[in-house]
Amino acid sequence: MLDLRKYQSLGEALRAGMERWPNEICLIEADRERENARLTYRQFSDAALALTSGLQSAGFKNGTRAAIIMTNQSKWLISAYAIFYCGGVLVPLDYKLTPAEQLKLLEHSWAEFLIVEYHLWRAIAQTPDFETLRARVVLVTEAPVNAELYGAKRWEAFRGAVAPTFVARTLKDPACIVYSSGTGGRPKGCVLTHENYLEQCMALTSRYPFWPGVRYLSILPTNHAIDFMVGFIGPFTCGAAVVHLRTLRPEYIREAFTRYKITYMSLVPMVLKNLEKGLRQRFLELPPARWKMLSALIATNRALTRRRPNLKLSRALLKQVHEAFGGELRALFVGGAFTEPATLQFFYDLGIQVGNGYGCTEAGTAITLNDFKPFRADTVGKPLPGMEVKITNADAEGIGEVQVRSKTVMSHYLDDPEMTAETIRGGWLVTGDLGRIDRDGHLLLLGRKKNMIVTEEGKNIYPEDTETVFEGLPVKEFCVFAANYLWPERTMLGEQLVLVVHLETGTAFSESLAAEIAERNRRLLNYKRISGYLVWDRDFPLTASLKIKRIELAEQIRSAVGRSAMVML
Amino acid sequence: MPTLRDTTEEVLRLAAEHFKVPRETLSVNDDFFKKLGINSLQALDLLTRIEQHFRIELPDYELQGVSDFRTLAERILSRL
Repeated sequence: MLDLRKYQSLGEALRAGMERWPNEICLIEADRERENARLTYRQFSDAALALTSGLQSAGFKNGTRAAIIMTNQSKWLISAYAIFYCGGVLVPLDYKLTPAEQLKLLEHSWAEFLIVEYHLWRAIAQTPDFETLRARVVLVTEAPVNAELYGAKRWEAFRGAVAPTFVARTLKDPACIVYSSGTGGRPKGCVLTHENYLEQCMALTSRYPFWPGVRYLSILPTNHAIDFMVGFIGPFTCGAAVVHLRTLRPEYIREAFTRYKITYMSLVPMVLKNLEKGLRQRFLELPPARWKMLSALIATNRALTRRRPNLKLSRALLKQVHEAFGGELRALFVGGAFTEPATLQFFYDLGIQVGNGYGCTEAGTAITLNDFKPFRADTVGKPLPGMEVKITNADAEGIGEVQVRSKTVMSHYLDDPEMTAETIRGGWLVTGDLGRIDRDGHLLLLGRKKNMIVTEEGKNIYPEDTETVFEGLPVKEFCVFAANYLWPERTMLGEQLVLVVHLETGTAFSESLAAEIAERNRRLLNYKRISGYLVWDRDFPLTASLKIKRIELAEQIRSAVGRSAMVML
Repeated sequence: MPTLRDTTEEVLRLAAEHFKVPRETLSVNDDFFKKLGINSLQALDLLTRIEQHFRIELPDYELQGVSDFRTLAERILSRL
């Protein structure tokens, strides 16, 4: 791989990769059984430089902000490289947000350029808030012939008259603005520097190296912190290749493993569990004699790899299982949410390492990762090189708030010095997660101090971001909380949101109100929905500016009623 | 050209068959995630079944923001 200590920016490091491995394949885009694109580093660079020329001709300058809203596909990476080449700041937005949410974040980020897939752009252009869009240049990909472009230009035809010029940036300059929340409430735009990303890349590749010939299967959207690092920056600074699959359907994921001889893949717990379910089903369908033999081989593998993984041995013992994954798989990375230890153990027993880690957008990508010395299913591993992790205000069992100090910690929240000061204290990032560090230096996560949930799909949901939909509800006041915040439990599985309603004086909770809550809830994306409600009979504590004092309200609820008071929807 | 009503009926039938629930327990405005107790990956599985039946191709993003059978049927109809 490249020696990343030599580079000042992502643009510079990526450019060095293009020059070092011109003839290696860097990117394959597959859609179901079709292959849409296969590019060498040289071809990728040529495509990006053509776009760079167009951007610079359109006035793209050093520090210009450009947003990308796309599913994971080759044009995402080409566009991102072009933005870095121009010295720009990338704003990767989640394509799964609603158009109104995307517009809100586009407005907050002050992105002057927007690169977006046509179907997403059409939805944005038809949103009532469309006039808030600040981007002065919009490029759309894959727009059908004769399509209404709503003032955008076609990405594929966007070319400039000037030769592309590389614009240098320094380590401390912002590389990306990544939103960790704030679509409904207060936007949290994490400003991550070039140094943050280069340090993170060095830390991760020291544990899981990439090299020419390695193939990384990308199914997570590239705006996801894990995929951006492990499915773009990591492989592209090591001469490896990324295979983008434009569908999450399990049958095509399975096919991609064998067709492309995948080495690594990142996924969220939900997809990992689905793979587990599929394998268990196939085991169940085996004739009894074959299942007996396979069980014995699994047990042997477990015994022989108890202290340390031995990929060669596992591949030999469990040949058929490994061949179903293409025969070249070295590890799966799971993150974005808490993974059940039983699932991790299931794969480890088959000789498939699952790099289970812990991280947050504010700290780059990963803070800790399992080092397999030996394998532990009950922890999220040890801090990566360069990461300092401490537990503050620990109780008698050593459980307290997790704090992190490292060169990967973001610079600040965009335009929010107050929240930045609350989150980074004395150089330490306050994560809001609860955990303890055991005798072997492994971090165990045991709940949250902050008022938020993480879904199995790896989505961080902040209660404030779901409240807009309940505005106008015929109640005196309402507020959404994470159930675990109101009633702490030492688990990060099955997290739920709860709507707390305080009725108007003299009214009773009615069936029509229950129906209205359910109906409004359905307007939210399925993973953002509340799981239940709680009827509260006291006035909410308010600030002088009439905002709800959430911490105080939570304390009142916690001391008065338990989780059983929550009515499930 | 099938009507929205025909398409919705077919989708309900396919969903009932795929997730092994009685057809009469499902209705057009049901939130299928909640009613069937499924996650987004399982919903994608249903999409594959629907594609085979209607002989169309529905990109994953067509399911984005869709959680009831009627809207799903509308998306299918627009591609028939």
